[in-house]
Amino acid sequence: MAKYRGAVIVDAERCKGCNLCVVACPAGVLTLAREVNGKGYHYSEMARPEECIGCANCGLVCPDAVITVYRMNTKQ
Amino acid sequence: MTAEITEITREEHIVYRKTPALTGNVMHYCPGCSHGVIHKLVAEVIEEAGIRDKTIGVSPVGCSVLAYNYIDIDWAEAAHGRAPAVATGISRLHPEKYVFTYQGDGDLASIGTAEVMHACNRGENIVIIFVNNAIYGMTGGQMAPTTLVGQVTSTTPRGRDVKLNGFPMKITELLAQLDGTTYVTRQAVHTPPAIRKAKNALRKAFENTKKDKGTSFVEIVGTCSSGWKMTPVEANRWMVENMFPKYPLGDIKDI
Amino acid sequence: MAEIKLMKGNEVIAEAAIRCGCDGYFGYPITPQSEIMETLMAREPWKETGMVVLQAESEIAAINMVYGAAATGKKAMTSSSSPGISLKQEGLTYLAGAELPCLIVDVVRGGPGLGTIQPAQSDYFQATRGGGHGDYHLLVLAPASVQEMNDFVALGFELAFKYRNPVMILADGVIGQMMEKVRLDEYVPRWSDADIERVAGEWALTGKRKERERHVATSLELDAYKQEEFNHKLQAKYRRMEEHDTRHEELSCDDAEYIFVAYGSSARVCQKSVQLCREQGIKAGLFRPITLYPFPKRPLQALSRRAKGFLAVEMSAGQMIEDVRLAINGTVPAEHFGRYGGVIPTPDEIVEALKRQIIKT
Repeated sequence: MAKYRGAVIVDAERCKGCNLCVVACPAGVLTLAREVNGKGYHYSEMARPEECIGCANCGLVCPDAVITVYRMNTKQ
Repeated sequence: MTAEITEITREEHIVYRKTPALTGNVMHYCPGCSHGVIHKLVAEVIEEAGIRDKTIGVSPVGCSVLAYNYIDIDWAEAAHGRAPAVATGISRLHPEKYVFTYQGDGDLASIGTAEVMHACNRGENIVIIFVNNAIYGMTGGQMAPTTLVGQVTSTTPRGRDVKLNGFPMKITELLAQLDGTTYVTRQAVHTPPAIRKAKNALRKAFENTKKDKGTSFVEIVGTCSSGWKMTPVEANRWMVENMFPKYPLGDIKDI
Repeated sequence: MAEIKLMKGNEVIAEAAIRCGCDGYFGYPITPQSEIMETLMAREPWKETGMVVLQAESEIAAINMVYGAAATGKKAMTSSSSPGISLKQEGLTYLAGAELPCLIVDVVRGGPGLGTIQPAQSDYFQATRGGGHGDYHLLVLAPASVQEMNDFVALGFELAFKYRNPVMILADGVIGQMMEKVRLDEYVPRWSDADIERVAGEWALTGKRKERERHVATSLELDAYKQEEFNHKLQAKYRRMEEHDTRHEELSCDDAEYIFVAYGSSARVCQKSVQLCREQGIKAGLFRPITLYPFPKRPLQALSRRAKGFLAVEMSAGQMIEDVRLAINGTVPAEHFGRYGGVIPTPDEIVEALKRQIIKT
């Protein structure tokens, strides 16, 4: 069993680095990368994946629908 | 990618992802634009109701003119402000279809005032989605009817002056006065709870079409960070502090 | 057994629309064509054929309702008169740009501005040149009788769908208001969903099914090269119209030395002028364009090889004369005679004009 409760996968090439997901994350998981993608945006990425609770707030607020959120089934 | 993350990122663990009703096209909107979130919500509502083959959208002139590139349904692109008339033509000949317009504040509250008033007054069995960000985005940030008093735009460089430009128009409240509207609400998409509420409002609006209840009007107060010259996060804060007092959220009419 | 009735031109438009299986009419009252919507409302075709009739809040709204209705592959129409048609120009250019078939009836009155409610032909340029912005044309039919008001409704829809282009019936206050005997068509059922799939399945907004791409009715193309390519396509379509659907009628032209060129009500008056000329020993004929766009250039050109002169008779200050001159290209004299602002020319003054301006006697 993995120790992580949730995970966020950002489609980095489609991310515009608006920062809304970073602000919306209640656990401080996300940050904008130092690197830029092909369009020149500092894309969002997980800086502290161990904190992710899979709440999906980041996915909800993402205007570009580039975020997929995973959560371990805690009942298992 | 660590082994732990590989373990989590399996199909059965997905709790949020892009709805298949959105096309794969990258949206042309600026970073952080509210349109993206609103498009997503409309697409999710359509997908979850299983009505993609029964829904026809009408896109406006303005930033969302290309909405038809992003939601994978049939669309008509209307002339500036005329979307409610175009939707009327579609809906009258296809009463079994879900027809909606997607319009900005310049399109709906300025050049298209007559069309939206009369579509609502006839109680056309359609959904009207009104995105109010108090500015013309596409043409470069000019004053809209909903621009706040004192707000700086490229045509009110010293702020909106009521002597010169009149007052911010609360068209949603006006439309609620018309007997043809059944559901009139004002929502926002700046936080996860607000987004969930906005989605519920949109779902209800489409359900009203199914029940043949007349016009459902969903205003969504949004940001235009490029036009307002702020970061998306600052724009959300500015919206809460300045837009919401003038354009308070909540249902205005629900019959 | 055909049904023959005495009817007003405007009433016949309404009757023909119902009978040809029109799905939707969207209009706004304006003189001298209000009887079209009044007749439809009195007839209540929604009970009979399912045809929708709706009074819009403006001509602008009406033409945009047509845009929406036409985008679904159904037969949609509107009608108006000159000032109202000016308001519809925005919708018309979008319809042409999105290649949506529909029918527009223009019962022309005198202008400019609010002008007069009396008949005129002063909107020829507006109808044939495009009217709105951009390189486009409507296919324009000019009825000269109440019978043709009937016939051109079904024909108009046929041509609109053949070319995926708006078709205009350019009538005038005389044709709209006068009563004549008319042979009405048999009822044709409205198209079923399967019919629409067959006729317009490639583009109509019928609801996106899994097995096909989404359909979008739009006139927007931000890439200049693609927009140029689209314009090439439109121009090719207009050339096909010229080739296959140019219509005209000739009266006593076989031996004619002098030929009146006139359409609509003016052509009716010119019929009498031809008769008066012949009584006076002048070999006159009448060339009546039925399609104003595409204009019947070639048959007119053919006549110019043996005629001595042409007189374009219009209830305008001289608009169709430009097409006449382009067709004849300076080979023989071509002049214009017009009464306008709501005035209808008499057969005698037309004969006098022919003598004065062309025969020069």
